[in-house]
Amino acid sequence: MASYFAAVWAIVRKDLAAEWRSRQMVTAMLVFVVLVIFIFAFTLDIDMLTRRQIAAGVLWTTFAFAGILGLNRTLATEGERGSLDGLLLAPVERSAIYFGKTLANLFFMLVVEIFTLPLYALFYNMSLAQPGLWLVLLLGSWCFCSVGTLLAAMAAQARSRELLLPVLLLPMALPVLVASVRASSAFVNGLGMEYASASLNILVVYGLIMPALGFMFFDFIVEE
Amino acid sequence: MITVSQLSKRYGYRLALRGVSLRVRRGEMVALLGPNGAGKSTLLRILAGLAQPSAGRVEVAGCQLPKQAAAARAQLGYLGHQPLVYEDLTADQNLEFFARLYRLPAAAARIDELLELVGLHQRRSERVRGYSRGMLQRLALARALLHRPRVLLLDEPHSALDLQTADALDDILRAQARAGATILIASHDLDRVGGLAQRAVLLADGRSAASLPKAKLGRGLPGHYQQALERAGG
Repeated sequence: MASYFAAVWAIVRKDLAAEWRSRQMVTAMLVFVVLVIFIFAFTLDIDMLTRRQIAAGVLWTTFAFAGILGLNRTLATEGERGSLDGLLLAPVERSAIYFGKTLANLFFMLVVEIFTLPLYALFYNMSLAQPGLWLVLLLGSWCFCSVGTLLAAMAAQARSRELLLPVLLLPMALPVLVASVRASSAFVNGLGMEYASASLNILVVYGLIMPALGFMFFDFIVEE
Repeated sequence: MITVSQLSKRYGYRLALRGVSLRVRRGEMVALLGPNGAGKSTLLRILAGLAQPSAGRVEVAGCQLPKQAAAARAQLGYLGHQPLVYEDLTADQNLEFFARLYRLPAAAARIDELLELVGLHQRRSERVRGYSRGMLQRLALARALLHRPRVLLLDEPHSALDLQTADALDDILRAQARAGATILIASHDLDRVGGLAQRAVLLADGRSAASLPKAKLGRGLPGHYQQALERAGG
């Protein structure tokens, strides 16, 4: 068991080190999110109350597309020099590769969210001092990355993977996005846990099922 | 150490391997020869556990594939067409990462030793992105040797290497064979692997065509080679 977690951690560390040196993926994700925030902020001619009401939808749509950028990149780098084969050759459980990549993707997505949330708070009249909102961000991002990593591994073997991933991922991640938007909206608009609990339950269940599927099927997905 | 019996591999409608049988003993260095598309790389990928056979029996280092693939992977080193390294990391970081995956004790000393061996010790802290093709190949070799594998599967290992580095690679492979490693080298460069391997197995059109002992590898080879390939192809 310790060796399993050591392999997961080694993959996370490797992805963080590679990104730290290149700074390509997180930079692209950040630029994308910031641009979308500004475009929405300056093109939507609406009052602050309405802005707050649509904030959760804008937030998750932006994070989802930024997440797809990251997912495409992280699996594409494995394919570029055949390094996915290098991982598959190692005597580690292949599900450890899935969890390592998922955790690394989650880290990158959370970094982007943490850096861009103050801008959302500024333009959409949101308060960030809400633990419930942070919980939704964590759960929603985990669910998105767990299904996204699985599908990105499938798409990585296709020629048009950049096109294939969003086509596969968005329908599969729809329950996550809907639940995340509803739960975030409840917290942003001050409705509290009572209104968010059903959506949070969906996220918890999804966040358990998808990693379980990844654990069981990642081996078959990367098999040639 | 490597036993392949009636191995077939199908990609859709195309049969890449058709009933290939092969046996490589412990400490033996065997060249797998054949033209492009003969199925050499497919065979090596199956032996490395990177591809699943469609039919037949495969055993590597005493492990049945694909059932005992994880145990087999711990004992084999694979050098493919791609270097299987990360361009945004340095040579050091790449080898440290793989050392962690293989749970190597005293990894730092082993990495020093290998980088010295492949002549990359002076550029170990540079990002791999800036390496030439030959340097990448040398780093890939270091990665393949990192965990002291008992079986080495090498796919065109001399490609992109200059003469001096290719000779150095031959010396490394001979040393590995002397230390008891079983080595299977896929190549279409007869001159190069002919002087290195103890025998050669010819592969053509997905079939094992002939087996040539060391004595025949040295003389009159192009004729034998061509005839055997033509027979298998026909």
